[in-house]
Amino acid sequence: MRRRWTATVAITLAGLLGLSACGGGGSPAEPAASGDGGGGKQQVEVFSWWTGPGEADGLKAMREIFEQQNPNLTFFDAAVAGGSGDKAKALLASKLQADTPPDTFQGHAGAELQGYIKAGDLEELNFLYDELKLADAFPAQLVEQISVDGKIYSVPVNIHRSNVLWFNPSVLKEAGVAGAPKTIEEFVAALEKVKATGKIPLSIGSEWTVTHLLESVLLGSLGTDAYNALFKPGADWNSPQVAKALENFKTIMSYAGSPQDDWQPAAKQVADGEAAFNIMGDWAYGYFHNPPDGGLGKTSKTDFDWAPAPGTEGTYLWLSDSFTLPKGAKNRDGAVAWLKVAASKEGQDAFNPKKGSIPARKDADQSLYTDYLADALKDWSGNKLAGSIQHGVAVNQPWLAAINEAVGLFIGTQDVAELQKGLAAAATANAQ
Amino acid sequence: MRRVRAWLPGLLLVTPSIVAIGVFVYGLLGWNFRLAMTDQHDEVSEGGFVGLRNFIDIWDQARWHLSVNHAIVFTVVFVAGALVLGWFLAFLMEKGIWGEGTFRAIYLFPMAVSFVATGIVWRWLMNSGMDERAVGLNRLFDAVGLPQWEWFRNQEWGMAAMALPAVWQMSGYVMALFLAGFRGVPEELREAARVDGATEWGVYRHVVLPLLRPVTLSALIILGHISLKVFDLIVAVSGKQIVTDVPAVFMWVAVFDSHDPAKGATIAAYIVLSVAVFVIPYLIWSVRKERRS
Repeated sequence: MRRRWTATVAITLAGLLGLSACGGGGSPAEPAASGDGGGGKQQVEVFSWWTGPGEADGLKAMREIFEQQNPNLTFFDAAVAGGSGDKAKALLASKLQADTPPDTFQGHAGAELQGYIKAGDLEELNFLYDELKLADAFPAQLVEQISVDGKIYSVPVNIHRSNVLWFNPSVLKEAGVAGAPKTIEEFVAALEKVKATGKIPLSIGSEWTVTHLLESVLLGSLGTDAYNALFKPGADWNSPQVAKALENFKTIMSYAGSPQDDWQPAAKQVADGEAAFNIMGDWAYGYFHNPPDGGLGKTSKTDFDWAPAPGTEGTYLWLSDSFTLPKGAKNRDGAVAWLKVAASKEGQDAFNPKKGSIPARKDADQSLYTDYLADALKDWSGNKLAGSIQHGVAVNQPWLAAINEAVGLFIGTQDVAELQKGLAAAATANAQ
Repeated sequence: MRRVRAWLPGLLLVTPSIVAIGVFVYGLLGWNFRLAMTDQHDEVSEGGFVGLRNFIDIWDQARWHLSVNHAIVFTVVFVAGALVLGWFLAFLMEKGIWGEGTFRAIYLFPMAVSFVATGIVWRWLMNSGMDERAVGLNRLFDAVGLPQWEWFRNQEWGMAAMALPAVWQMSGYVMALFLAGFRGVPEELREAARVDGATEWGVYRHVVLPLLRPVTLSALIILGHISLKVFDLIVAVSGKQIVTDVPAVFMWVAVFDSHDPAKGATIAAYIVLSVAVFVIPYLIWSVRKERRS
């Protein structure tokens, strides 16, 4: 009898212990308290979503420089897979709410960080910008577009371009289109010509790629200054100019092929000669160009070619990955050391050629960037800048969610007035 | 002391579960309803009590109507499809098909797969490419001359296509339920009906089916509540696109993209309530049945 009692109590206690372990638990992957990682070395937890081919290699190259420069620090890679960081951001949100931030995390530079800033999760980095004279190293307009009330909260590592028109030269030739269209009107005419040949005029992917297309059409229809003004307080999304731009968007969308699973299959249709045009960010270059497994192994200028999206020549619709300094980071000094590497010419020149992007710094070693990247580097130093919507520069996360909702509903209804109403409401509710 | 000995060990054994369920299920459920009745529309603000305003306001949103419609289409196709297919499979089994045990295992296997894995496979099967671009089911349909479809990318009927993987996954389970039901019908009753001159179909129509009503009800409730809170399958097949939006995906977007806790909690509350409509009558019914027996 006694034995049964003891057993019962033991089981109960075990149950309670299990329960409390669940309650206080973190994920098992949590790095052991940063104190000493291995042999007295301090660990720096770097949170990113760079796990794909190219980007992971770039991160590794930067990590090597970091560990070489900081022999007493080890790099803990807390990367979470998933394109554009959807899953990573969800995990990050719960980490920040539990006040257990990683030492530094990746985020798109610009308005996407506003939520974290408002919640008081981020430390401002002006001290670092002063110390490293970063305001002179980055283009002035970039620094202006990522500043919030004169404060800067992140260090941009790379620059991607959103307004790139990818096209298949032989499909264009077959359709009798002389070259990349320069204006929206020329673009629509070219789409019409391609349609007559029976090929897909414009390939699209899942719904976010449609928002991506929308930002290029808005920029191409409105012009750079009017586009940038849309994201300032009191902007007028109900204007007839925006209505005209959205009509253009509807016309262009009417030439779109059936939606693909994501941006890669859509880009592949252009590379395979099934479709003529695709508007996608310049990460598509790596996909077109890299040898199979990571890419399609196509030859640039013959299998695929590029131009600024119609009507946007002279403007760089940019987005950027950047690193931050969360408040309450366990290893703040280590995080600052990482930010210094991420901001340095050496770090950026190691990372970017592998990732297929260009450095945010103006003093990059130009010989490292060839083919498309050479073009991009040239445009980056001379063009006007405009911030991407879909990729977190111009609008904060709730605003982007509202825009995606309006665009997603538009794909079903094809109702331009409803779309404009949705976009205007999104701006009123979320503009800062 | 003796009396205490009788109930105390039992109570101690179940206490951890009671505490865990109380805190993590009912406690959090209550917390969710409280949050849904505040105006905490971002993570940092405090949020004051606004009563049922969120519950009413959400009906002004086009997306909410869309996702509710989607959930209804999905539920109807999924529940009806799984019931009919499951019933039909059980019917074949019951007729004493050769190698019954093997077939039964094969039909039950999909149950062992998670919705996420099912979704990833069916995303490929239901690719919308046609003709020379066809893969998956469209390729097969093209080869045998059947019409090809846009599947879940179709703006009107996408959700009906989305229910197909769920039917595939759950109909084996429904089959098992029905098969047990069929086997529970006493042979004497069937024989009595045959002696009275009933055709084979008549035996099923008037004797077996009425006796299967409790099984059908359980199956309906189990499928119905899975269907109303479906999330993993949708996300695995199409991600968070509006074309296949359902309340659970909308909730995820509201919380993690829009950063609007009150809106997410409101949607979550609606999901719980809609599932409760199915589950509570079932609980009442099964408690009554237990009392009777």
